[in-house]
Amino acid sequence: MTDIRYLAPTTVDEAVSAFAAATGAASILAGGTDLLVQMRSGVRKPGTIIDIKKIPALTAIEDLGGGAFRVGAAVSGAVLAEHKGFAKAWPGVLEAINLIGSKQVQGRASPGGNLCNSSPAGDSVPAMVAAGALVTIQGPNGKREIPVEAVPAGPGRTTLTPGEIVVSLTFPARPAGSSDAYLRMIPRTEMDIAVVGIGVNLTMEGGVVKAARVGLGAVAPTVLLVEAAAKALIGTKLDDAALEAAAAACRAACNPINDKRGTIVYRTKVAGVLLKRTAAIAAARAGGN
Amino acid sequence: MNDMSNKWIGTRTIRPDGADKVTGRATYSADNTMPGMIWGKILRSPHAHARIKSIDTSKAEALPGVKAIVTAKDFVDFPLDKSVMLGIQDMRWMARNVMAKEKALFHGHPVAAVAAINEQVAAEACALIAVDYEVLPHAIEIEDAIKPDAPILHDWVQHEGKPSNIAGTMVLKTGDIEKGFAEADIIVERTFTTRPVHQGYIEPHACTVSHAADGRVTIWSSSQGQFMVRAMTALLTGIPQSNIRAIPAEIGGGFGAKTIVYLEPVAVLLSKKSGRPVKIVMSRDDVQRATGPAPGSLMTVKIGAKKDGTLVAAKGEFYLQAGGLPGSPLRGPVGCSFAAYAIPNILSTGYDVVSNRSKVAAYRAPGAPHGAFAAESVLDEIAEKLGIDPLDMRVRNSAKPGDKAIYGPNFGDVTFIETVDAIRKHPHYKAPLDKNPRPGVKRGRGVASGFWYNAGGESSVQVNITEDGNVVVTTGHPDVGGSRASIANVVAELLGIEHGRVNVIIGDTQTIGFSNLTGGSRVTFASAMVATSACEKVVAQLKDRAAKIWKIEAEAVKWEDGMALPAGDNAGKFPPLSLKDLAAKANEMGGPIGNQTQLNTTGADPGFATHCVDVEVDVDLGIVRVLRYTAAQDVGRALHPGYVEGQIQGGVVQGIGWALSEEYLYDKNGKVDNATFLDYRMPVCSDVPMIEALVIEIPNSKHPQGVRGVGEAPIVPPLAAIANAVYDALGKRFTALPMSPPKVVERLEQAD
Amino acid sequence: MSKTHVTTTINGEPMEFLTDGASSLLDVLRGPLGLTGTKEGCGTGDCGACSVTVDGRLMCACLMLAVEAEGKSIGTIEGMAQGETLHPLQQKFLEMAALQCGICTPGVLISARSLLEKNPDPTEEEVRFGLAGNLCRCTGYDKIVRAVLETAADMRESAR
Repeated sequence: MTDIRYLAPTTVDEAVSAFAAATGAASILAGGTDLLVQMRSGVRKPGTIIDIKKIPALTAIEDLGGGAFRVGAAVSGAVLAEHKGFAKAWPGVLEAINLIGSKQVQGRASPGGNLCNSSPAGDSVPAMVAAGALVTIQGPNGKREIPVEAVPAGPGRTTLTPGEIVVSLTFPARPAGSSDAYLRMIPRTEMDIAVVGIGVNLTMEGGVVKAARVGLGAVAPTVLLVEAAAKALIGTKLDDAALEAAAAACRAACNPINDKRGTIVYRTKVAGVLLKRTAAIAAARAGGN
Repeated sequence: MNDMSNKWIGTRTIRPDGADKVTGRATYSADNTMPGMIWGKILRSPHAHARIKSIDTSKAEALPGVKAIVTAKDFVDFPLDKSVMLGIQDMRWMARNVMAKEKALFHGHPVAAVAAINEQVAAEACALIAVDYEVLPHAIEIEDAIKPDAPILHDWVQHEGKPSNIAGTMVLKTGDIEKGFAEADIIVERTFTTRPVHQGYIEPHACTVSHAADGRVTIWSSSQGQFMVRAMTALLTGIPQSNIRAIPAEIGGGFGAKTIVYLEPVAVLLSKKSGRPVKIVMSRDDVQRATGPAPGSLMTVKIGAKKDGTLVAAKGEFYLQAGGLPGSPLRGPVGCSFAAYAIPNILSTGYDVVSNRSKVAAYRAPGAPHGAFAAESVLDEIAEKLGIDPLDMRVRNSAKPGDKAIYGPNFGDVTFIETVDAIRKHPHYKAPLDKNPRPGVKRGRGVASGFWYNAGGESSVQVNITEDGNVVVTTGHPDVGGSRASIANVVAELLGIEHGRVNVIIGDTQTIGFSNLTGGSRVTFASAMVATSACEKVVAQLKDRAAKIWKIEAEAVKWEDGMALPAGDNAGKFPPLSLKDLAAKANEMGGPIGNQTQLNTTGADPGFATHCVDVEVDVDLGIVRVLRYTAAQDVGRALHPGYVEGQIQGGVVQGIGWALSEEYLYDKNGKVDNATFLDYRMPVCSDVPMIEALVIEIPNSKHPQGVRGVGEAPIVPPLAAIANAVYDALGKRFTALPMSPPKVVERLEQAD
Repeated sequence: MSKTHVTTTINGEPMEFLTDGASSLLDVLRGPLGLTGTKEGCGTGDCGACSVTVDGRLMCACLMLAVEAEGKSIGTIEGMAQGETLHPLQQKFLEMAALQCGICTPGVLISARSLLEKNPDPTEEEVRFGLAGNLCRCTGYDKIVRAVLETAADMRESAR
């Protein structure tokens, strides 16, 4: 067993310089719900652990007005759930984050961690992709902002460069008539990894879809933004033909694997089924906004 | 001694071990430490099937902090050609399961063990042990293991004169099967498969062991039998039983799987070699990979009936996985599948199939749920095809008292019909069910029954009156789910005292006489029987003491409400003597008051259960959810109704997991691919409804309180009941478990 | 191996310990601190047997590093009863036979307490989802759910 250093910096700059200095031998600790399991199984053997929860920006929830929010990358699902404004603006994102594991896990797990763990089945990611959230990243070469869907590079891999840390997630302002939803298929009612997960974000006007985004998880090496599905919904009243076209677009976007959690055939079918159900929920919510 | 006016028997008293368990003070197997203790760790095979050519431990031994290393050569040798049995376990296989000898037979099979100053050093040392393996082709599934060209696990196993992975068979028959089918108006034959399922106890196996300089051994571990731990450890290490004190820690679930040892003999040898107490704790990964699940099965059941529903012939072929070493529970499906029915012609055959999986262990009614899944599904189909209510069909064919059971004896009581009637009359069975509640959602109702032998066997108890006139009862059986509470009820009742004055503890192997395993639904039956006998003797002693004090005949004393009273001609002549009074005078009147009773108990009558379940299916996603569940069972007498209901409710939910979501998945290298609670999907709280337990109490006339046994039967019907309900919802028979979402969707897309 | 000195509060009492960077809170509770009431069933956050509260929030002790306990307030099963007075949940679990083997019980009780603090009047469904992170293999959950619902009703009654 190697000696593990534990650092708990209080500024992003400190964290970034420590992370960069460790040259790949460090792991970032937010909620730790993936990291501790990976350390225990020997998948990850960090020399240094950098706990980012003492950095104010990483644990802050900022209401930017008009439904826009900036959420620190290490905010836990349980804390976010207690923010009434966020729950009203982004119910789909919130329900996705709070499907990550049990109540116990939600006390720790964060959207930033879920994103950086880069599992194609991470629950919060399709919802954040659908939301059009932007990720603020800081590294040795400064700050940058990219869309959520640009972060995952493959299972367990991100596009972050050495020394870079996800600082926060910014959710855009909400036009009237907007809302979102997230559904996943799991065999049990709780405590499972998504076999398919789908986030749908809609803006409705007079019963017609004005804007749409669809994020699809667990059906490809990374979470997908399915633009064809969104296109099939925009301009429609979510009639059966539109929903079927969007479902077909989701099925077409699937590039899954057979594994212990699901088969290619099953995942592909379910992607279409869930698109229809999720869109219906998002539309109903949007109607109330 | 048993009626509904009992003051304590049949009441929901607070268990003697309760306060410790809700405050975190109860000590389970991993909670113990010993002075100077070091840590043991097991090196496990990375291959599913490999010959062990050599093991070089020199580098590991040289690592600072390493105190001892053991391999198979340190254990007592059990040659392959000579069987040594302990109960149903053959020590040839037990020894090789605890530590691989000639071959590693599954991924995770122990090949060596290390004791070191801490867990990290022990793990490092394991990595330094060089095992030279000759990797062999492996077979995981039954179908692959019985193919003509299958890799043979054991060259000493022969079936029909050829090397084979069929390590044993069991046949039960009655009548003339061919003639029986010739008489049938309808015959249904189906082939079924079930996947191995783990018992899923939350407490991983663990032990703390001390081998002292004088050769005396203390083992602290949780099991379903401290005497089993002592006996197996003695056999595998060569240490006499008199030198082994096995202390039963509180057990965090067993369900049958803790009726064998994994760690204790290893820890004893590590402790002997190192001269230090040794603690070993399995990880969840170890538990899922290398401890016994219940077997998977491949079964064909054929049943013939007359038009009126009378069953005339039944044939079953049951292939069960044994794991890497022989010993699957053939007695379960072969003996139980048709046992509840009066069928004149039966041929029931079981095959014990070895393959490169961890050795199976008992799991609640071992083997019976498999057989019931097959037989009760076929019965459901016959009833449907004949247009007969499935419960009526069961009543019509129930075995009768005095009938010769397929497994040998003549039945005493047969209380099967009573369980069927309980369901038939229950509002659940009569309630209307909306089969199409919403688009894309279907509902269905199913029923099934189950049978389990139940058991008696050896049991010891001490009932001691304390000097201050209270009672301590010591039994020899680990308490897996409330047996102390039940015995406290019995003893308080029989001695006529307040429940709170009776304390019940579990003795260790050196403080109480031999007591057989907690398993097979036998402990409440056996321990209540011996406790009753001991209490009767204690009461006789107490009456005798009172007689001496009063200087009258003992026969002239009666015991009532915890007091000796002069009776007959002497009635009212002396003030009553309470238990406290008599205890206070114990020494002047002849010494301590108490009794040890040891019996090989007999008279266990079988258990019957009938269940009814409603399910809802999300047709597009293939998700099956249980909406309502009612389980009827004749338990004889519920000494503590809360824990009787709990056995039924727990067994049912394990059955729901078995039917819908639990299974072992292997990768192409023969490695378990879902060795976590994340991917081994046991039901969580939100997956299941309330489970209504209909506790039927028809006293067993051969037991002082009428106890029959309860723990096994509840897991027998659920697999078939749920499959029958899914059929009712979807119109498709499911012959393969689990009915997981992808399989349900796939099945819905198949034509019949 | 260098160790970190951690000062924390456990069940309202100040506590100090030394730990390496790899040990979980569960390792330290069960090991050096001797608080074995918190159980380890899986080590991966999937069974809830190690449920504790950290600054009032429900967590799995196996998913938190021991060093993170610095300055926090930890609640374990050993702190649930007030002296000889059991918490209403503990008492109700005993009365209603809501435990069999008892290994999951400490975690279930901690979770249930946390649930009732947030939601004093839960529906059956809310209890079931609230306890979904706590595996119990013995009871089939029936008596656990009933005990939590009854305790909630009693506590509401006595708070009136």
